[in-house]
Amino acid sequence: MPISEGGWPEVAAESIKRTIIVALGVCFVCSVLVSTAAVSLHPIQEENKRLDRIRNIFIAEGLPVRDVDLKAVYEATIQPRMIDLSTGASIQGADLNRKLSIQGFDMRAMAADPEYGKQLPAEKDIAGIKRMPKYMVVYLAMQSGRMEQIILPVYGKGLWSTLYGFIALDKDLRTIHGITFYEHAETPGLGGEIDNPRWKDIWKGKQAFDEKGTLRIEVIKGVVDTSRPEARYQIDGLSGATRTTQGVDALVRFWLGSDGYGPFLKRLQEELHGQV
Amino acid sequence: MGRYKEAFTAPLFERNPVAVQILGICSALAVTTRIETALVMSLAVTAVVSLSNLSISLIRKQVPGSIRIIVEMTIIASLVIVVDQLLKAFAYEVSKQLSIFVGLIITNCIVLGRAEVFALKNPPGISFIDGIGNGLGYGMLLLSVAFFRELLGSGKLAGIPVLTPQSDGGWYLPNGLFLLAPSGFILVGLFIWALRTWKPELREEE
Repeated sequence: MPISEGGWPEVAAESIKRTIIVALGVCFVCSVLVSTAAVSLHPIQEENKRLDRIRNIFIAEGLPVRDVDLKAVYEATIQPRMIDLSTGASIQGADLNRKLSIQGFDMRAMAADPEYGKQLPAEKDIAGIKRMPKYMVVYLAMQSGRMEQIILPVYGKGLWSTLYGFIALDKDLRTIHGITFYEHAETPGLGGEIDNPRWKDIWKGKQAFDEKGTLRIEVIKGVVDTSRPEARYQIDGLSGATRTTQGVDALVRFWLGSDGYGPFLKRLQEELHGQV
Repeated sequence: MGRYKEAFTAPLFERNPVAVQILGICSALAVTTRIETALVMSLAVTAVVSLSNLSISLIRKQVPGSIRIIVEMTIIASLVIVVDQLLKAFAYEVSKQLSIFVGLIITNCIVLGRAEVFALKNPPGISFIDGIGNGLGYGMLLLSVAFFRELLGSGKLAGIPVLTPQSDGGWYLPNGLFLLAPSGFILVGLFIWALRTWKPELREEE
């Protein structure tokens, strides 16, 4: 029987010296292998992430993302803008610096930064994010010089992971144009169904705010009763993904609320339509 | 060459890691809602188990018994990280869908199982072949499960619509159960039944 499947393996004799040499040798070889892979592949992975972000901006905006030069369309139609979240004012020119740059804006690094991020008190932190950046880059989708949609980065805690995504509002700043998540680690097939195009389609055309400007959008448990008047503010929950959909509900409400983009949306409303 | 052939073919059916040894069930349930993810996961596991078998077999005569398991785990974990990094660089979309499950190959019992049972006792060449065989045995079962789950659950095969669902104007009403984990159990069970009917010698003695 040449193939051996029973009995004790042919292991080496025990000695402290041999144990240490083998342990150090294995650790050394493995660490070289892992760090080489991580370092050499890092630029490609970063480029993938950037393209994925652009692609998701387009998905939230409802544009086709296949067979187009993403970077070229992005340059032509998207106007990024750095805003101060607490006032909604846009930050330009001299106020931008190496850390506060539109090109290299890193939401996570900003939230963690002692100067550019802030701690959220527990009672306000409905999205479960603990810290948030004081500044954010938002994207204005332009068409012949006029803003058609505003695309806002959002994030919040799901069941296993933090969900990162975009929500797009139409130029009335009340109607939801689209939502998409570009990074999460929810259970595939359950919470992961937030990526399902059919579920994302439900969001399109729903009203985030009512006529008085009160935030009304919510993700409910189960299926929305379309005969009721509140249906236009409600989104079907995903079955088997209660915690993930609660997370989506909380993060959308947080970011569209007064601690999120509230001040900015108000300012943008004035900018677009004069007095409210 | 007979024993190389046996090392390669035995894990496909008679010693299939999933259907006969009931290993690697967690990932078999998690990544089989679509053929694409099942295929990439199978390739990832095949790469990890064959290379871990090869490298563990190469150093099998040097490793003292007392640190045997931790040495094996270090090698396996490193290989998994490398595979995960490669997927993130060259198959970004799929790696996002596989999310944590690539990392969890580290804890896939098939990998450590083959290292312990086979690679520690056999020369490198045949250990490598044994790894490929086990990876393919795992992959074959994953792809069979994914075939039925994707077809019945979303009416598609490898992302191409086959049965047009009613929501898109077709006749098929997708069976949502097939997108949930229990259907994976049911399908794996049916495959075990089929395999044992075909090869009665796999049944345990009464």
